[in-house]
Amino acid sequence: MKNLDSVLAAYLAGWAIFFVYYISISQRMSTLREEVERLKALLTKGK
Amino acid sequence: MLKSTVKAIGLFVLIAITAYLAFYYAPIEKSMGVIQKIFYLHVSSALTSFLAFGICFYANLRYVFTRQQKADWLGVSAAEVGLAFIVVVLITGPIWAKPVWGIWWTWDARLTLTFVLGLLYISYLLLRSMIEEPEKRALFSALFGIFAFLDVPLVYFSIRWWRTQHPQPVILGGPGSGLEPRMRVSYLLMWGALTGLLILLLSARYRLEALRASVEDLRREAEVR
Repeated sequence: MKNLDSVLAAYLAGWAIFFVYYISISQRMSTLREEVERLKALLTKGK
Repeated sequence: MLKSTVKAIGLFVLIAITAYLAFYYAPIEKSMGVIQKIFYLHVSSALTSFLAFGICFYANLRYVFTRQQKADWLGVSAAEVGLAFIVVVLITGPIWAKPVWGIWWTWDARLTLTFVLGLLYISYLLLRSMIEEPEKRALFSALFGIFAFLDVPLVYFSIRWWRTQHPQPVILGGPGSGLEPRMRVSYLLMWGALTGLLILLLSARYRLEALRASVEDLRREAEVR
């Protein structure tokens, strides 16, 4: 089928963008969670 | 965490099913052939990005009038998620255009205004990263976000108001427009799945922003001590 490779490329690019974006949110979230724990420990130590 | 992972997997499966329907259930369009299948992802992503920018606009207005921190969180979350959808539109569009028009891109009203829309929301996010003081950051970005949203109706109506290389509207385009029933079902299911994805991404991004605000509060507390 003519242009099927272009259709597949478009769908793969679309799904890849959504997937990578979702992963980036999860990664930023876990970095911030670690930061929260670190700051909480720092503040508890300072009391 | 497990609940949101299950939701994400479920949604990606749903999107895969809708893509399957777009490929095998919806018929092949007569004049363009199989390349028209990009329509389902391209148009659904565009409408979903408008929805996200609409949420951002509402949150920005709400922040300006109420100064609620949660409105600011919603605004930035919707802007970033909307940007992800508009990037998909700007990538799938040229892939569709090349075999049909013979060119990847042209600076017609619809394409240019969509490109500007992406740039406006990149600027919105850049503006936020340049202001450190939280209240000032929220207010300035809310005002900029209200201005940025003005481009959304321009993008939508551009193919009705001006002569463009981009095709005339297929949905709600007046007499002679419309989709073949199986194409309509595939399109509506894809749009529904992408709206579900919008909700998932928006809620995850909102939680991230709330967490970022907690980190900023804790940092200030640590600095005071």
